[in-house]
Amino acid sequence: MVFEGLHFAVGPGDYLHLKGKNGSGKSTLLRLVAGLLPAYSGTLTWGDSDIAGAAAARSEDMIYSGHQHGLKPVLTLRENMKSLYQLMTGLHLDDETLEVSAEGFGLLRLVDQPLKYFSSGQTHRAALLRFLLLDRPIWLMDEPTVGLDSENRARLEAFMQAHLDGGGMIIAASHDPIGLLGRSLDLDGFKASKVHLEQWL
Amino acid sequence: MTKPLSTAAIFKGVVARDIRLAWSQGGTGTMALSFFLIAVTLFPFGVGPETEILARIAAGVIWVVALLACLLSLDRLFQADYEDGSLDDLALSPLGLVGIAFAKITAHWCATILPLIVVAPLLALLLNLPSGAYQFLVLSLLIGSPALSLLGAIGAALTVSVRRGGVLMSLLVLPLYIPTLIFGVGAVDAASMMGNPLPHLALLGAVSLLSLLIAPFAAAGALRLALE
Repeated sequence: MVFEGLHFAVGPGDYLHLKGKNGSGKSTLLRLVAGLLPAYSGTLTWGDSDIAGAAAARSEDMIYSGHQHGLKPVLTLRENMKSLYQLMTGLHLDDETLEVSAEGFGLLRLVDQPLKYFSSGQTHRAALLRFLLLDRPIWLMDEPTVGLDSENRARLEAFMQAHLDGGGMIIAASHDPIGLLGRSLDLDGFKASKVHLEQWL
Repeated sequence: MTKPLSTAAIFKGVVARDIRLAWSQGGTGTMALSFFLIAVTLFPFGVGPETEILARIAAGVIWVVALLACLLSLDRLFQADYEDGSLDDLALSPLGLVGIAFAKITAHWCATILPLIVVAPLLALLLNLPSGAYQFLVLSLLIGSPALSLLGAIGAALTVSVRRGGVLMSLLVLPLYIPTLIFGVGAVDAASMMGNPLPHLALLGAVSLLSLLIAPFAAAGALRLALE
């Protein structure tokens, strides 16, 4: 077990900042909420419905971005985003929406470049583009500011603020403080008291 | 989100993406096809140029090498997506992991196995396959090879998080390939020796259909374990 006794709720316009040391379970909690991990115990509700174990139903309401960017190096940014958009919605992404969003992160001139020529900061911005392309209420962000310069951090914070103002919700795990008003949750206080070693040999 | 969701469009999108990746730089499509061409060509050098011997082993050689070429490409079926994090995105797609696994298996068959079937008659010519057996070679490959992609996907999904899991996957998957191999070669041999290939083809089809029922669910279950 990674943590126990943890309880929180996130409503429209709420920003929740997950803090904690390395290994305290920030990423685990995000993956749990995203439906990628099953919980050993506890409940997870969205509105009135219990959603634990119903990943496919829930995934239409949230966007998750993890440590790895999930982009294919041989495909261009345009192709990567189109295939992601189609994967998540079944719809075709029009070029104008893509270009407007790419401009938002200063990637417009790279839109037809294969990802393998991107620097790590550019790749990270490309991974963050999904939050602008998909229109979903819950954003789950794992270390969204890593590798961003101050200009792009400001851009990201502006996009996050706009999302919150529009009634969206953000749960972000990050070591750096992000300049947004919201609550923060320190996972170090919820460390599991028992370590169930026998389950993992 | 009130718009009805088109799962068919997502399915097609995943298939198209995977076919494209298989044939782009460093993809498995080119690798499997070149391996198939070269490995089959080696047999006349190794066995010698006697036409009767080559004709006798032609069906077996083509089937076994096609099977190995398939195995070679399965290694990357889910692992590439696991390593770069896109498996997370695939798992969160509204299509669901079973649909995703089936889409990826379909793409694997179209991008990697179908080209092998297209060049198989050419290699059969090189191995002096009897003239009446060509259509049954292609037919047996068409009917039997879906089982290779399907069963292989289970092994690929189980070893997705294992570094250099290719050998382990071979050990898991190769025994499962035996029925397909027996009936596939049996059909071609029956045709070239004036026997009746249809019972072999029917059994081959049965293996493929059975794999179709099991593999997408088994692969999706294994992938879900790997994501934990």
